[in-house]
Formats: sequence, C-alpha cells, structure tokens
Amino acid sequence: MSQGCNIPIVIFNLFGSALNRYLFVTPPQLPAETTTQPKTLGYSHRRHLYERLIETLLFLMAFASVVITLSIVVMLVKESYVFFQHVPLWDFLTDTQWTPLFDNAHYGILPLISGTLVSSAVALSVAIPLGTIIAIYLSEFAPFIVREIAKPFLELLGGVPTVVYGYFALLFVTPLLQKIFPELPGFSLLSAGLVMGIMIIPYVSSMAEDAMRAVPMNLREGSYAMGATRLHTAIRVVAPAAFSGIAASYILGISRAVGETMVVAIAAGMQPNLTWDPMEPAATITAYIVQVSLGDLPHGSIGYQTIFAAGLTLFLITIMFNIIGHIVSRRYREVY
Amino acid sequence: MQDSKKAQEIRIIIARHKRYDLLFIIIGVFALMIAVLTFIALFTHMLIDGMPRLTWDFFTSFPSRHSGLAGILSAWVGTTLVMLVTALAAVPIGIGAGVYLEEYAPKTIITQIIEINITNLAGIPSIIYGLLALGVFVYQFGFGQSILSAGLALALLILPIVIVTTREAIRAIPVAIREGAYALGASKWQTVSDHLLPYSAAGIMTGVIIGLARAIGETAPIITIGALTFIAFLPPAPIKAEFPFLSFEWLMAPFTVMPIQMFNWVSRPQEDFQFNAAAAGLVLVVMTLAMNALAIYVRYNMRKNIKW
Repeated sequence: MSQGCNIPIVIFNLFGSALNRYLFVTPPQLPAETTTQPKTLGYSHRRHLYERLIETLLFLMAFASVVITLSIVVMLVKESYVFFQHVPLWDFLTDTQWTPLFDNAHYGILPLISGTLVSSAVALSVAIPLGTIIAIYLSEFAPFIVREIAKPFLELLGGVPTVVYGYFALLFVTPLLQKIFPELPGFSLLSAGLVMGIMIIPYVSSMAEDAMRAVPMNLREGSYAMGATRLHTAIRVVAPAAFSGIAASYILGISRAVGETMVVAIAAGMQPNLTWDPMEPAATITAYIVQVSLGDLPHGSIGYQTIFAAGLTLFLITIMFNIIGHIVSRRYREVY
Repeated sequence: MQDSKKAQEIRIIIARHKRYDLLFIIIGVFALMIAVLTFIALFTHMLIDGMPRLTWDFFTSFPSRHSGLAGILSAWVGTTLVMLVTALAAVPIGIGAGVYLEEYAPKTIITQIIEINITNLAGIPSIIYGLLALGVFVYQFGFGQSILSAGLALALLILPIVIVTTREAIRAIPVAIREGAYALGASKWQTVSDHLLPYSAAGIMTGVIIGLARAIGETAPIITIGALTFIAFLPPAPIKAEFPFLSFEWLMAPFTVMPIQMFNWVSRPQEDFQFNAAAAGLVLVVMTLAMNALAIYVRYNMRKNIKW
C-alpha cells in the first residue's frame, strides 16, 4: 500500500494519542476495598496530576527544539521575502556582482557562493583524505595506547575556538604560503581553506572512526582467516561495511566547511569576488554576514535584509547537504 | 619441488602485502602528525607573540586605543556573564528534553520529528543562530544588543549537544535500575529524579562542559547580534547593597566577549594589536582546553567508578 493512504490514520493516531495522553486522563478503576487500606497506598490524584504536569513540562522542553527550527525558517523567510520584493529573484541568482552597500547596488549572490564553494573545496581536499586516513589508522592499526592519547587530543583540536584558527591562518599560514607562492596576496581563500581543513579533521576522523569501530569483529576475523592483511581488511571489508557512517562524517565535514565563519572572515578578506581561483581573496556568505553585522545597519533597511537573504541561501545549502546525508546513510546502512 | 616454489611465491606476496601494511601505518602516523604539529605550531606561535603581553594588567584593563595599555577586563567579565545566561537557559531545557526523549516519549510521529530535528539542529551553521537571535531576541522581544540576547543565542547553539549527551548518559543505565525503582512503587518522575539523573550526572556534566567550552569560543552568532567591540566599562554588578540584593540590570547591558575582542584586535592593521590578539587567543585556548580536559577527566573517572 502506498504511504499516502495512511495519512488520515496517522493524523488520527497522532491527535488521538496526544489527546489521550494530555487531556483525558482517566483514573483507573479503584477497587472497592480501598478504604480498608492505609491512605498512602491508594490511588493519589495529586501524585497523578503531578506526574502529568512533569511529563507535559518535559515534552515542552523537547518540543522547544522544533520551535527553534521553525522560528529560524520563519525569520529567514520573512526578512528575505521583504528583500525579494526589492530585488527580483532572477537578479539575485544571476547577477555577477554583490555590492549591496554601494550607491550603485548589485545583488548577485554568485560571488559569495563561489567564495564559499572554493574555500570549502580547499578545506575538504585537506580534511577528507587526512580525516579518513586517521580514522582507518586509529580504528584498525593503532596500538591501544596511541588511540587513547590521540583521540582526546583530536577532540581538543576540535575544541579550539574558530577565531583562534583565523588568527593562525592570517598570521602564520599565509606568510608560510607566501614563501612558497610569492605572488599570494595577504588575504586568500587558499590559506583560509587549508586551516579550515585542519580544523575539520577531528569531526571527520572521530565520526568515521566510530563507524568503523562499530563493524563487528567477526567480519574482520573472517577476512583475516582468508589471508587478507590488515590494510586489505580495512579497505575492502571494514570501510565498505561502515560506508554509511563514513559518508555521514563527510557530510558533517561539508556542512562545517560551508558554515564556517571566522576563519574566512579573518583570513580570506571580505571583498566579494567572483572567482574560482583559491589564490585570490574573496568573501563567503558567512563573511558577508559578519561584515554587515560589524557596521551599524538600521533595522529594516535593505542592507539589513540582505544578511537574511544570504543567511537563507546558506541555510538551504546546509539543509540540502543534511538531506543528502540522511538519504545516503539510510540507503547504505548495513545492519549486523 | 613445485610446492616449495609456490610457497616461495606466496611468501613474496605476503611480504609485499606486509610492506603495504607498514607503508599505511607510516602514512597514518604522518597524517596524525600533521594534525598534532598544526596544533603545536598554533600554540607556540601564539605563545611567542602573546606571552610578553600576558601580565596582570592585561586582565585588569579595559580595551584602549594604545595597544600597550589595552586589556581584556570587559571581555572576560562579558564572557563570564554570557556563559551564566547560556548555562541557565540551556542546561535545564537540554536535560529536560533528553529525559523526555529517553524515558517518556511515546513512539509517535511527534517524537520522530523532534529526534530528526535535533540531529538537523546540530548541523546548522552557528551564524544562522546569530541571525535568529538578531531577528527574534534583539528586535522582536526587544532585548537589544545585550548580554541576555547573546546568552540565549549561545544557549540555542549548545542545546543539541546537551540533549544528545543527556540521552546517551541515561541510555547507559541498565533497565534493572528502573525496574527496581518501579517495583518499589516509585512513580516515573521519582525514578528519574532519584535514580536516573543522579546516576547519569557525570555523563550529563561532560556534555554541559563541552557545550559551554564550544559556546565560549563562538564568535559568529555574537557578532551577528551586533555586540560592540569597544566597551570601556563593566555591566552593572549583579549584587547590590540594598534590599533585594540581586539586580538584573546587567542582563540588558551592552557587552563584549573574549573572541570578539580578539577578532577586533586581529583585524586591525597595526602589528602591535596582533600581540594583544595573540595574548587574548592564548587565554581563550587555555580556557577551552581546560574545560575540554575537565570533561575528558570526568568521563574517564566515570568509566572507572561505574560498576553496574
């Protein structure tokens, strides 16, 4: 049966159970000899009410997360709607200039998107190979003691504030890169992307490692029994078995890279620049939002609304990757 | 004769494959070293630049136009107060939501929506939370560019972390504990509050600490709210001499926090200010590392002490 037919039943169940749980609390039938029992053992309406109250309160706390998501969507769409009344959607998507704060304003999101994509691509070309190698090494090869030291260390690496990484990219990595590529400008997508990549390694490696460690031992033992080496086992047995988890770790890495703000704001410059060359300075969507927020834009002006339109674009990009991640990890999930 | 020749061939293959194994181990250690060395380079670079500025005066002076006189007093006071608001908002809601999802939630669509939603919340970039806070807290609720707005924004950001760790900590408690409590006539909430929460306290604590460590370093959402960077005064003190003794004026005060102060110094062209940035970064890194280390320690101890 197709899923569509179930909807009315599902809705009925949904409301039916919710109503039952929260509104029509029917006290259980009391046995006739209750009066002979001590009072404290009987059915207590007060206790029952109290329990319901607590449950409702806890439910509201859990439901708060849904409220947060909804208000994010409403907020972004509401302000962007006003923005798109000034600026046609077509211009927004095709104009190659983003100069909303100039007299001659252009509202083309493309330069911001290109900056975001280039810096993310640089970051991922560092984080995905290194993160995967570290995950395979820690899960399949490393002796116990190395793993016990390396894992907390990687966690610490992931805990360093991003503004510190931005400082590091601007004042350490850029001068270092300038020794190799003398023509590299002081702000560049390359150095921001490299540092971002290192920053993302712990996210990728720890999640991929967890996925590989969850693969049951007997698969490995079977592989060893067939005469495979550890590397063969890791690449041909464990990695495919943990594919859904590894893919999820890559998706997490991508959405981190796309949403990363401070490193690019500090080290990549804040000039919107339609380029695919990582050696140039450019602004990302996030860097633009930071740039506008640093100035003092009046509430309700078109400049104020641009950051919501940019934010909506960013939100849609990350949601898209999240959905792809869900689909991939569901499609390839192996159950043992 | 032929057998020994075949064995010889197999030995060669095995030797070659073992060499690949070794090669991969070398690559793996090398990859790990890149991560480790980056961290060491980052830390030493900041140490060299920032150490001379890390005097007592640095902690007790306001930011200034003269790099040599500037300090982080308003920044660390701001960070402390913002973290207080964040913890007060995120911890109860996060634990409550975790308890509900793990112990109470019926298997309905609403529960499923909440669960999927929490996974998705963790993937939303922090700057989007900043935009939400800007629209809702700053303008809709009229909190302005205040400590309250910033604290609530960061609370939203760390909520998924607190919820997920609470759930994991509660899930780790064996069912027998719950059954024992129910068998003695405890109600659900009595079971939760007298048994499950105390037993999972250490696990929940690690989540809260890791969440707060992340919140301390978050810059983007607070910039989006429009926090000022040049604050040469402290928010009103929370404790008064007169009657109610507590004052909540500080909630509405303008503020700055450590990462914003550092960002401000990094983005100045004068080199002197970058030494200040290094010093502020050092304080920030030591703070977050100390919190993360504390969380790792709590988790390690917890693993040692629990004997179900």
